[in-house]
Amino acid sequence: MREPLVEIKDLHVDFEVRDGTIHAIQGATFNIVRGETTGVIGESGCGKSVTAKAIMQMIPKPGKFVKGEVLYHYRDKDNPGQEEIINISDLDPDGTRIRKIRGGEIGMIFQEPMSSLNPVYTAGFQIGEALDIHRLVPKTVGDHMADAITEFRHVTKKESREIAIDYLHKVGLPKPKERVDSYPHQLSGGQRQRVMVAIALSCDPVMLIADEPTTALDVSIEAQILDLMKNLQETEDMAIMFITHNLGVVAEMAQDIIVMYMGKQVERATAVNIFYEPKHPYTKALLESIPHVGKRHRGRLASIKGMVPSPFNLPSGCVFHPRCPSFMPGKCDVIIPKWQEVEENHWVSCLLYEEV
Amino acid sequence: MAKEPKVYTPGVDVEEHLKPERINDPAVILEVKGLTKYFPIRKGLLKKVVGNVKAVDDISFFVRKGETLGLVGESGCGKTTASRTVIRLYEPTAGAAYFKSTALSSTNEPVIVNLIDLDKEEMKKVRREMSMIFQDPVNSLNPRMSVFDIISEPMVIHGNNDKQENEKVVTDLLERVGLRASHMRRYPHEFSGGQRQRIGIARALALNPKLIFCDEPVSALDVSIQAQTLNLLQDLQSDFNLSYVFVAHDLSVVQHISDRVAVMYVGKIAEVAESDALYNNPLHPYTEALLSAVPKPDPKYESTRIHMQGDVADPSNPPSGCYFHPRCRYTQDICRTTPPEYRELEPDHFVSCHFAEELDLKGV
Repeated sequence: MREPLVEIKDLHVDFEVRDGTIHAIQGATFNIVRGETTGVIGESGCGKSVTAKAIMQMIPKPGKFVKGEVLYHYRDKDNPGQEEIINISDLDPDGTRIRKIRGGEIGMIFQEPMSSLNPVYTAGFQIGEALDIHRLVPKTVGDHMADAITEFRHVTKKESREIAIDYLHKVGLPKPKERVDSYPHQLSGGQRQRVMVAIALSCDPVMLIADEPTTALDVSIEAQILDLMKNLQETEDMAIMFITHNLGVVAEMAQDIIVMYMGKQVERATAVNIFYEPKHPYTKALLESIPHVGKRHRGRLASIKGMVPSPFNLPSGCVFHPRCPSFMPGKCDVIIPKWQEVEENHWVSCLLYEEV
Repeated sequence: MAKEPKVYTPGVDVEEHLKPERINDPAVILEVKGLTKYFPIRKGLLKKVVGNVKAVDDISFFVRKGETLGLVGESGCGKTTASRTVIRLYEPTAGAAYFKSTALSSTNEPVIVNLIDLDKEEMKKVRREMSMIFQDPVNSLNPRMSVFDIISEPMVIHGNNDKQENEKVVTDLLERVGLRASHMRRYPHEFSGGQRQRIGIARALALNPKLIFCDEPVSALDVSIQAQTLNLLQDLQSDFNLSYVFVAHDLSVVQHISDRVAVMYVGKIAEVAESDALYNNPLHPYTEALLSAVPKPDPKYESTRIHMQGDVADPSNPPSGCYFHPRCRYTQDICRTTPPEYRELEPDHFVSCHFAEELDLKGV
């Protein structure tokens, strides 16, 4: 059963700065399916992180929604049969509803485990912060048995500490009872990232946005964190939006992959199709430009010629045309390719697959 | 005066230990023997030395002319310190590094010098023959210097003050690394990350070095730019017959560019071998575990990952015996007590593990 949890429809985000307007996202359209991992790959500056922030309705200033919708299918935990569709892009960024979603129903892990934890607070305190805002428990002990719980209260300090220890244990931090009182500088990079995962998970989110969660980590630690996320996804039935530029990581984690280039979605398909039958020249080039461990062909790597264009001065037609190996003069530099389904569940925007 | 830390295992004849073995081979350009770098931990009012961070602990390796030696390991294992100690950006605690230098010879024939014994003057001369490419292309270029100043600075330091001549050399270098001569008057902030790394590479080439230490040159770059930069480094290597020591943590990049690979763990070399031999037929359990952890860009691949327990050991307080034993799957009693010997098990395949012969390890 593939039920959408978040539907993103024709999303456009612009940043207006002194030198002009940057179209950070131009028409992103995809679904995040309940309980599955959606990978988003692309080079720096392609709009991966902005997409994630748009889902949380926290686009940094001066960015703003221009067009499109982010539809969140909300289900009450006590009444899972009913579904309410919330348009996140319409919510007030400082309103109460979005603040319940942000960090509560949708958790987030950031790239830099050092700079996203506050150095002057302990790990336990920082997990407690999230719990304090989002976690509600029945008002009196024993009410668990009641058919319908009507009244909730926030957790106490003692409870939040216990939940924090519980989650630190869940994410595999050794000696969680002592570690809960550790400051970030007393933890190693991998341990800090585990604390971040614990914070994101502590409020039982239905979806987790992981923005390059392992980029700053060593392979051995990266492997631990990836396995941890996979296990937690199985036990907690979470959807994950996994943003990365590492093709190896995304191959391992994701069921669906979206490839982005200069704010545009260029291809979307299942992971197997992206890796075995890539359609878009950019996806193909990206796959060829990475060295494969174990398969050694001593020689040159296929590289993409040229550089990522300036966001203020995007090329006409297809944005990839100046770097594209299958560039068709007179077409690619004039016509903007359409976003279309070329095979079942395989979407691509390239003129090679269009009749023009 | 701080007490000299005890470096080698007791009972080792230091002179014998540091004697060159390979450097007399005409193909070898650099041989490092027993290189050690400890950073003292000082505490208290008198800054008493209370311990040492054993960043690099008695390592030996050699580099052949025109080849690339990859140096891999997790962060904090001493890869960067090792390369910086060889060119004496850090003063080594002990050890020897033999290098074939023409700058110090009166004839054109290279002579073998021990870099660790050289005084300041001599070292400056030898440095022309070695250079370094740094990891972070943003912070390794002075933002207030133009590209011309950055690339010609090594030449000026080594006595070429002729501006016109330098301009010619810089033009050649810029073109060689894929930039335009007109970029010479610009400043680093006007370039993208990949272009800045090219400037760093041009600077490293300015004095026609024989040996370049590349310290994570591509890890800050995007995949497509990474491929361009790796290709450039390979082209330059074959054009100028350069030798590289390539420090990186990305195992697939290292395999792609290296002829031989050294795996480091907590300041020690676990294993060195030809890159195919190391990746297909590892002899050290750490190499095996590290290789299994690399995510494969193939969604159909069934992961058979080996879980390493815990974190990397603390180099200021390493475990007894073999440093890897608390995380190793094959630990036996001897691993906890006796440090393994670093030995050449197969030709050109060095390993330090007690059970290297017996274990049947899986590569990729």
